[in-house]
Amino acid sequence: MQLQLSPEMQAFREEMRTFFTTQVPKEIRDKGAARHHPTKEDFVTTQRILNAAGLAVPHWPVEYGGRDWTPLQRHIWREEMQLAHVPEPLAFNTSMIGPVLAQFGNQEQKDRFLAKTANLDIWWCQGFSEPDAGSDLAGLRTVAVQDGDEWVVNGQKTWTTMGQHADWIFCLARTDPTAEKKQRGISMLVFPMDTPGVTLRPIELLDGGFEVNEVFFEDVRVPSENLIGEVNKGWDQAKFLLGNERVGIARVGGTKGMLALAKELARETTYNGRPLLEDPRYASRIAEIENELVALELTALRVVANSADGKPHPASSVLKLKGSVLQQEVTELIVDIAGPLSVASFAEEGSDVPDWARVSAPEYLNYRKVSIYGGSNEVQRVIISGTILGL
Amino acid sequence: MDFTYDSEQNDLREAVASLLARAYSDSENRRKVTTTDPGFDEKVWAQLADMGLLGLPFAEEHGGMGAGPVEVAIVAEEIGRVLAPEPFVEAVVLAGGLIDAVGTDAQKGELLEAIAGGTSLPTFAHAEIGARWTPTASAVTATETGGSWTLSGVKEPVPHGARADVLVVSAALPGGGTGLFVVQGDATGLTRTGYRNHDGTRSANVRFDGTPATQLGTGGDQTQAIERAQAVARIAYAHESVGAMDTALRTTVEYLKTRKQFGVTLNKFQALNFRAADMYVSLELARSIALWASVVQLSDGDVVTAADRARLTTSRTGRHIGKDAIQLHGGIGVTAEYKVGHYTSRLTAIDHLLGDGDFAADRLAAKVGSYPTVDPIGAPYA
Repeated sequence: MQLQLSPEMQAFREEMRTFFTTQVPKEIRDKGAARHHPTKEDFVTTQRILNAAGLAVPHWPVEYGGRDWTPLQRHIWREEMQLAHVPEPLAFNTSMIGPVLAQFGNQEQKDRFLAKTANLDIWWCQGFSEPDAGSDLAGLRTVAVQDGDEWVVNGQKTWTTMGQHADWIFCLARTDPTAEKKQRGISMLVFPMDTPGVTLRPIELLDGGFEVNEVFFEDVRVPSENLIGEVNKGWDQAKFLLGNERVGIARVGGTKGMLALAKELARETTYNGRPLLEDPRYASRIAEIENELVALELTALRVVANSADGKPHPASSVLKLKGSVLQQEVTELIVDIAGPLSVASFAEEGSDVPDWARVSAPEYLNYRKVSIYGGSNEVQRVIISGTILGL
Repeated sequence: MDFTYDSEQNDLREAVASLLARAYSDSENRRKVTTTDPGFDEKVWAQLADMGLLGLPFAEEHGGMGAGPVEVAIVAEEIGRVLAPEPFVEAVVLAGGLIDAVGTDAQKGELLEAIAGGTSLPTFAHAEIGARWTPTASAVTATETGGSWTLSGVKEPVPHGARADVLVVSAALPGGGTGLFVVQGDATGLTRTGYRNHDGTRSANVRFDGTPATQLGTGGDQTQAIERAQAVARIAYAHESVGAMDTALRTTVEYLKTRKQFGVTLNKFQALNFRAADMYVSLELARSIALWASVVQLSDGDVVTAADRARLTTSRTGRHIGKDAIQLHGGIGVTAEYKVGHYTSRLTAIDHLLGDGDFAADRLAAKVGSYPTVDPIGAPYA
């Protein structure tokens, strides 16, 4: 056993840290540090810089830009990126549809999409959830009917994150309504968002932002060559994709950064004549969260070390569950530090409330999402009790 | 960075597990052993000595095995897994560890060899009524007359204080500070009253009345050495807790799969399965931080803070798992006739022996503003 990183891994960490803190524009990283959402341009600019350096899709097959890194290298890469407040490569491209195309796509599809997906020349969005198919994804009702060389798609998707920026959508649709098991009659189709019959309605969230959308399909005609994998086998791709979605979902680096910010804010905030950071209740609350974060990071490192075959470790559910709870606890801590100033969410010029306090409550409310997406924490408990404990 | 056990460590675990399983796989046997003094099985203690485990962390020249903190962790975890009542952490890790850290070469040669051979069982007489987990002493005072020392005052509760034949005693020094002394079990002016603890182990009231004592090491204030030895013992207890939590969860899962109510097994109830899932989350977090603390010790990092971190997590998770293990069993979990409640009892005892979760949280909170982030594989741990 050994605690320190090997000299090679220390050098690797230093290389990542230097790259992220010098090659990604400061104004983009500052925005992340100030808890503001990156714009579409911020995502595109960052991902192209990373891709040019071979840092956008290290986990892909080498022939499509992957780096053949160890799980530890990937972990370090992700952590350093989060610590530097760098917007991560768009998950829909790099963690979701990219690996699916590389694994299930035909050669023509790989040639057509993968390079542009890595470089964010195509912005993808996810057409999975529906109003009546959330955690029970296989209950989806969007249908695709074959008509000559085309599929005709009708139905509705929801929670489509950043769909308003997207060029293309990857979408699950029911292609065999007679299949005995509901998982068996599903296929994956991809098509441009400007295809006739696709309409999008942004959904305003509690934080006042427009992060997710409803997407409607009305007789959308999709060429047959845009079906990924085999007809009616789309559930295999969906499971593969959702397994990848949980990797890196602990977001230890991001939470660490938020907690460091919380300490600074608590130091600058006065309560009973002294910095809030010196209030025993707050200091203890921070210490407890920080210690849980240490335990989570160490669990992530253990899981990373034991997932060399590329499959997600069953304990990755622990990372999702605890990781999301800790993210939420830190946003809650910051809104509490802001205290009475936290109500001034949408104050503009003329208000003396500092920016961090204005964004604190919207962020806290927005972060309720993290225990819901990527398989809700209740779904993770089903996985733990069923798959791991055998209950 | 590498948190995997090597093959020798796996072999050690298997050997210890097999020895302890022979003694305690039947929980009735543990119950029987703990109802009579000294609260553990002298034969098992001798077997642990034969395997070299009682000298595990000591140098070979002192009759030990020269093994590291990870090996100690493995033994402690296996002790916890079957709730073996033998005082490995109390006698070998804590009392033996103090002798090893502070003693003169002559003391180490004499005392450690006897511990390793199983012929001597030491304890650390440190706790005082009114004090809570401090590294200092005040109720027992040391007096020097003509070059020899005597001790006066009361220590309680002292782990296995009635059975131990060597007492390492902390005492307030005449010039200030806390010194460490060795008192033989048959010394004059020593009165020991032993009793049974809720977890089946033993403690004692130990009275010193002008009791002759020898300085451990070269004398002087030993507060730092005590702080460090307690930290190392906290880490070992973290592993004993992980072993106990693992069995408590395993036992609970088995029960949910087999116990029937309303015509079905309990695992048909999602409310119960979800609580078991949360227990698993707690266990994995505890396992990670306990192992990390041992590797910090191996790397000669900040072992005191690492121990506080392990203590905080294993206190919180130990309470969570201990309480829910009983709750998910229902009434049988509260009985002494069924094993699961004994795990909760032991976890509760460990929680209060060297500092509870709030104690550790307070110590961590006092420093929380002095650094921006924690890097568990960097300074000051690595």
